[in-house]
Amino acid sequence: MPAEDNPSLNAPEDDVFIELRDVKKSFGTQEVLRGINLKLRHGETLCIIGPSGEGKTVMMKHVIGLIKPDEGDIFVDGMRVNALKERQMAPIRKKVSMLFQGAALFDNLTVEENVAFPLIERGLRDKKEIRRRVMEALQAVDLDQHAYKYPTNLSGGMKKRTGIARAIIDRSECILYDEPNSGLDPIGSDIIDQMILRMQKRFGVTSIIVTHDMRSIFKIATRVAMLYRGELRFLGTPAELQVANDEIVQNFINGRSDVTC
Amino acid sequence: MLFLSDFLAMIGRVALHFLSYLGQLAALGKELLIAVLSGVWRLRLVAQQIVAIGYGSQGVVIVTGAFTGAVFTFQTYAKFKDFGVETTVGAVVSVALCRELGPVLAGLMVAGRVGAAMAADIGTMKVTEQVDALRVMGVHPVDYLVLPRFLAMMLSMPFLVAESISFGLAASYAVSSLGYQMPTAWYLTHMIDHTNIEDLSIGMIKGFVFGMLITLISCHQGLAAENGAVGVGAGTTRAVVISSLALLVVNFFLSILLNYVFPIGTA
Repeated sequence: MPAEDNPSLNAPEDDVFIELRDVKKSFGTQEVLRGINLKLRHGETLCIIGPSGEGKTVMMKHVIGLIKPDEGDIFVDGMRVNALKERQMAPIRKKVSMLFQGAALFDNLTVEENVAFPLIERGLRDKKEIRRRVMEALQAVDLDQHAYKYPTNLSGGMKKRTGIARAIIDRSECILYDEPNSGLDPIGSDIIDQMILRMQKRFGVTSIIVTHDMRSIFKIATRVAMLYRGELRFLGTPAELQVANDEIVQNFINGRSDVTC
Repeated sequence: MLFLSDFLAMIGRVALHFLSYLGQLAALGKELLIAVLSGVWRLRLVAQQIVAIGYGSQGVVIVTGAFTGAVFTFQTYAKFKDFGVETTVGAVVSVALCRELGPVLAGLMVAGRVGAAMAADIGTMKVTEQVDALRVMGVHPVDYLVLPRFLAMMLSMPFLVAESISFGLAASYAVSSLGYQMPTAWYLTHMIDHTNIEDLSIGMIKGFVFGMLITLISCHQGLAAENGAVGVGAGTTRAVVISSLALLVVNFFLSILLNYVFPIGTA
């Protein structure tokens, strides 16, 4: 179903948390985003799928102001993100946090220090409170026994889980996940899916997840967007995705290699 | 005709590239000024950087200063003796070390050691998205990465220059007195008579300016790094090359400027 025809785009304005309005972005001569329109309501979990190199991460980074659009607007909780300068982004980044694909942990800090970082930078000085919240976040990702380790001594999955602990510790209203399941074994992947679900149910966290893991999508997504050649090819619920009458969408979700032909 | 237009176009491109680069440095300088004025200085990071920059650079700066003072004395003594003014070697070496050799050589060594480390550290953080992670957590990269290095460099460089000069003079004295059996009184009298506080001030001011240049250029290269490890390597090389060249060019103009403020000799 083309994105512009999808009724879920017509969400009530007062419930819209994130909105992308005709967002276009090019790198050199490559048009990565060709006019993306998307609305996300509070508490939704949107999974973004699509072939590699189609701009899924680029689209997500627009939401938190890491990349500015060439054209169009991005709104987070009513604030126009692309109109803000770097030093004015604090209110957005208090509401939205992000897990990077490679976790982006600070090499010179231990797991505990990495996870405590957002709290300290937001001005929390009570060491007991910091430690309590760090251990709580680490327990949620089953890493409390590894708090003293440095990122170089962690496996890929442990790094991802530390990144998630860092992303959730500040209790943001929205978390962006860039391929949280990539490189993880099925159990590790399920732990992360369960955690995303828990964040959604317990705290009403809004999530945007870039993923290639189709099993995860059907477990955690409230909506799915497929980005294809710079445009939203599909936007709907996971159930709608399964029965989508679009060959490219079906080829992609069923892993048939003629999708990009 | 075609060749001429191509040549002019090339000059134009180089000039534009250079102006664009200066603009980027100015923008970083502006962000740094905002960071300084914000008053959030993260003193723990500043202290860590002082250890890395100031304490860690002492070895290279001392060795450079000492051997420069020693070899300068060794070379000038022989020639000065031909003119019968070998007792003034201490004065010449002292003024040269304070005004030029101390700050320039210390600056070059710090550019090589610290500038490269700054560009590589920040560049690695940039290509592994750690800089973006800072931004996501509401921390401006200039506040967290550049400001502590800048403050540490500002504090460390004058001391490093002073060390370079001191050990250069000590080595010069050792060569004069032990190598050429020059009486201590002659060496010290001439040195003290012809070296004044203005000469030392010039060295300190230059150290301060060079520190600023090295930090700005190296951190800019780190923050601009892209394309993975290759990009970090290229940025690190550029940081050292540009810092060293900028230091030498700025030194020339700074010498002229400071000579108006603190004139040397009677000319």
